[in-house]
Amino acid sequence: MSLLELDDVKVHFPVKKGLFFDRTVGHVYAVDGVSLSIEAGQTYGLVGESGCGKTTLGRAVLRLNDITDGGVVFDGTDLAKLPGEEMRAFRRRLQMVFQDPLGSLNPRQNIESILSEGMAAHGIGKDQAERREKIKAILAKVGLPSNALSRYPHEFSGGQRQRIGIARALVLEPDVIICDEPVSALDVSVQAQVINLLEELQESLGLTYLVIAHDLAVVRHISDVIGVMYLGGLVEEAPSDALYAKPRHPYTKALMSAVPVPDPEVEDRRERILLHGDLPSPANPPAGCRFHTRCPWVQETKCATERPPLLDTGGGHKVACHFTAEIEAGTVKQTLATGIEAVIATEAVAAEAVETSEGEAPEDGSGTGAKEPATVPAQEPATVPAQAGPEADAKETGKKAPDATEKAEGGPTA
Amino acid sequence: MTILTNKADKVDRLAQLTQSTESVSGSSLWREAFRRMRSSKMAIIGAAIIAAFVLVAVVGPMLAPHGATAQNWRSEVFPNQGKFVGMRGENWFGLDHLGRDMFSRWLVGARQTLLVGVVSMLIGLVVGALVGVLSGAAATLGGKAGQRVDTVIMRFTDIMLSLPSLLLAVSIAAVLGQSLTTVMIAVGVVQIPIFARLLRGSMLVQGGADYVLAAKAVGIRRKRIVLTQILPNSLSPVIVQATLSLATAIIEAAALSYLGLGNPDPAVPEWGVMLSQAQRFFDNEPMMAAYPAIGIIITALGFTLLGEAMREALDPKLRG
Amino acid sequence: MSLLSVEELSVTFTARGRKDATAVDGVSFTVDQGQVVGLVGESGCGKSVTSLALMGLLPRKGVRIGGRAEFDGRDLLTLSERKLRDMRGSQLAMIFQDPLSSLNPVVPIGIQVTEILQRHRGLKGEKARKEAASLLDRVGIPDPTRRLKEYPHQLSGGMRQRALIAMAVACAPRLLIADEPTTALDVTIQAQILELLKELVDQEGTALLMITHDLGVVAGLCDEVNVLYAGRAVESAGRRELFAHPTHPYAHGLLGSIPRLDAPRGEPLNPIRGSINDKIAWADGCAFAPRCDHYTMECLTGTPELTEPRAAGHQVRCVNPVLPTAEVPA
Repeated sequence: MSLLELDDVKVHFPVKKGLFFDRTVGHVYAVDGVSLSIEAGQTYGLVGESGCGKTTLGRAVLRLNDITDGGVVFDGTDLAKLPGEEMRAFRRRLQMVFQDPLGSLNPRQNIESILSEGMAAHGIGKDQAERREKIKAILAKVGLPSNALSRYPHEFSGGQRQRIGIARALVLEPDVIICDEPVSALDVSVQAQVINLLEELQESLGLTYLVIAHDLAVVRHISDVIGVMYLGGLVEEAPSDALYAKPRHPYTKALMSAVPVPDPEVEDRRERILLHGDLPSPANPPAGCRFHTRCPWVQETKCATERPPLLDTGGGHKVACHFTAEIEAGTVKQTLATGIEAVIATEAVAAEAVETSEGEAPEDGSGTGAKEPATVPAQEPATVPAQAGPEADAKETGKKAPDATEKAEGGPTA
Repeated sequence: MTILTNKADKVDRLAQLTQSTESVSGSSLWREAFRRMRSSKMAIIGAAIIAAFVLVAVVGPMLAPHGATAQNWRSEVFPNQGKFVGMRGENWFGLDHLGRDMFSRWLVGARQTLLVGVVSMLIGLVVGALVGVLSGAAATLGGKAGQRVDTVIMRFTDIMLSLPSLLLAVSIAAVLGQSLTTVMIAVGVVQIPIFARLLRGSMLVQGGADYVLAAKAVGIRRKRIVLTQILPNSLSPVIVQATLSLATAIIEAAALSYLGLGNPDPAVPEWGVMLSQAQRFFDNEPMMAAYPAIGIIITALGFTLLGEAMREALDPKLRG
Repeated sequence: MSLLSVEELSVTFTARGRKDATAVDGVSFTVDQGQVVGLVGESGCGKSVTSLALMGLLPRKGVRIGGRAEFDGRDLLTLSERKLRDMRGSQLAMIFQDPLSSLNPVVPIGIQVTEILQRHRGLKGEKARKEAASLLDRVGIPDPTRRLKEYPHQLSGGMRQRALIAMAVACAPRLLIADEPTTALDVTIQAQILELLKELVDQEGTALLMITHDLGVVAGLCDEVNVLYAGRAVESAGRRELFAHPTHPYAHGLLGSIPRLDAPRGEPLNPIRGSINDKIAWADGCAFAPRCDHYTMECLTGTPELTEPRAAGHQVRCVNPVLPTAEVPA
């Protein structure tokens, strides 16, 4: 039995309009059916781009947002259905470290007051003196001087503030800490300090982490298992090394190829998979596979109509894609360009498109020519009008896909 | 190659040169705001004016050379109608149309004016803040029911705000009759929705801050979150507004008195009432209007300066 | 001769009632035609202030600027406001970190682009509109004629940055200054924008001054890299040389402290201790000394000079550089 289990968690925010009576006119599907489990003492890394719902999911675990549907089972108790006061008591065991170290500390409280308030709320320590002793011990553990007690958040540097945020979680002796972008607001040279601290604490206190971040390198560094989120759902989940060694979902591949590595040798050698367009709006997500509007391997069957489930492909490597095996075997063809032509639409570079798309799928050059443009109209009904975001995406993919394929056939019509 | 000198020397030298921007003082934001106030010229001038005004209001009436109602009908004062006695040795500001010493009346009036300003501001602040806290707390942490409570309260304050303040004051005065209390209540009631909206709005902003979410995540009870997290961070604009509204309260009270709604009792003159009485004689003795007017203007200026300086000092953007 | 050569640029903020704050403290570098030069550093290292000073966008009041910045034989720092305005847009252009706040929110994208074309290239009416559409197309904005009528808030973050790039390259500037152009964007969008910039440099021969805190971005894009710390360049070298042999303890430490996607899991990070708040004035010694593991008494006596302890053209401002014998495998 895992320590923390999420079962088909959904968080939908109503979009309201109206002058006097708020009418719900739609929903933002921030988290739309996520299931995952975290073992005790493990670090689960949740990675994804802004708007994918990772922060909302992290907050939902703590019930800081309302859970629309699904279960959050922590140590045998379903938190999603707990009444308010019982949930409050449970928060001692599930703590959170926030992204913005300054914003998440009350500017008018000194450090002692910030740290002791939570202890008092849960009845830890019988008086202030006892609490102070404990706080001093924790401060030493996170590497802050004991004279920090009487100081205020604005008197610390960014890294130190994040240490205070970690100390605030630690004084409650939690089992699980949810770290929401714990280092992204910090300077590069300070990030490593905080990452190391989190790792040391995990080792000495046996903590379980759910680390939420957009930085794949950070997540890979500290996680045992990584889940990749796209537009409200998990698209891939695998042990950290397995995911890096062999990303299987097209989105994960693109994401990994986009992360810059501080090494010119690596940068020069690697081939980027550039995606078309932007993330569709979570208020109006594409039907079928959420990624099909940008997927370089989008197929005309299934992708736009059927949402792929997250299935184990062996060794705990789970992927949500209809064509995982086929893409790897090379039996389905890449349908959208992933080179510079995914970014630029000029005639000048169109010539290069011929080379890349031919180079990537040489055996299929002419046979699929008639089939490919057909995939594009197939996507169109999926994107409901009125929303600027997804519509733009449809337009973009719609515009470029034929472009690339026409060139691939070797006969620009224009 | 560098010859490594004594390690202790090295460390000492480094410590001596390090210009750490960190302070080890542990001074709260309130204290830092106060420090900024002390170095602001605006704040010092404003505070000096207010201190002088309060001093005059508290001590002045005891030092008044003549009674507020004592009349001087001696022949040298009123040789004929329509001629006023200007400044002279025993009457610094001269005498008014009834032969009363204007300086003495000005001193007594200062106390009344301060009283009107402070009491009406307090009415607005206390009632408004209570309404604002209730509404703000309900909106931020009360869930769906709370939001409904907030909506009802806010629509009600909207109605109050939409009435022209002077009209509202006149109607209140019409109901309660002509007295100093009427003026204070009328001016105070007008301020209530302003304070209520201000505090609620400020609480709503703070309620969405990360540290409130963090406090919730730590498991602090909602009531405590409002009191220790949201409220202390929402007070700055209210404090500024309170200072500024002392100025408007004094001016508004003067306006009401000028319209004839002020205290009719001649024994307790008030600057607004004095101004109102002076208008009849403006052609003959403009100074009779000038003294209370200048008093009102300078006092209002003092409060405004202090309020603006506070606004600057409490601005979170200047932190650090 | 270099297109842009900056010599001993210094910028000091002299606000009344406060201590003078030196943001840039003697920075020198050159940018050649068609070259991508990176200024890398953390917050407070003076990289953004440097770019603003070059563009003449710092307030005239309360700022003291020293040194020279020769662009095409003219000193940008002493140029009159009017001449500078003519240069901006036509010869020099800048892309900012936050595309939303650098676009005028109440004017459609199209008008903002045509305005530039009108001012610097004298294009008018239909001609300008056509050119604007082709510019948007060039930077990969789909359906450009429709986009021209839209307002900045109707575009996504990536689109806005593209629009900004379109405006910047509208007059084929000879130098493009990009200040953290991808920091506000997601990685997949960042990859799109970086490829776009690379392509522009390759195709047009524009020189690019890239300002960023992300060493990964630098590794893939820049030809020459200057690492800044506390307002001074501490290490300058070609990109391969720098990443292969970081020699200043700061650059060395920085590279050792970044988690890398391709590093095996469990490999510990070696953080640099302290924070940028712990520094000493350059006049007293090396600003990095309080955070450095190798500092000596010599580091605390006077500004260290730029030397070339390792290879020609690889400049390091350090008296105890990290040299092969002392080097830890990064």
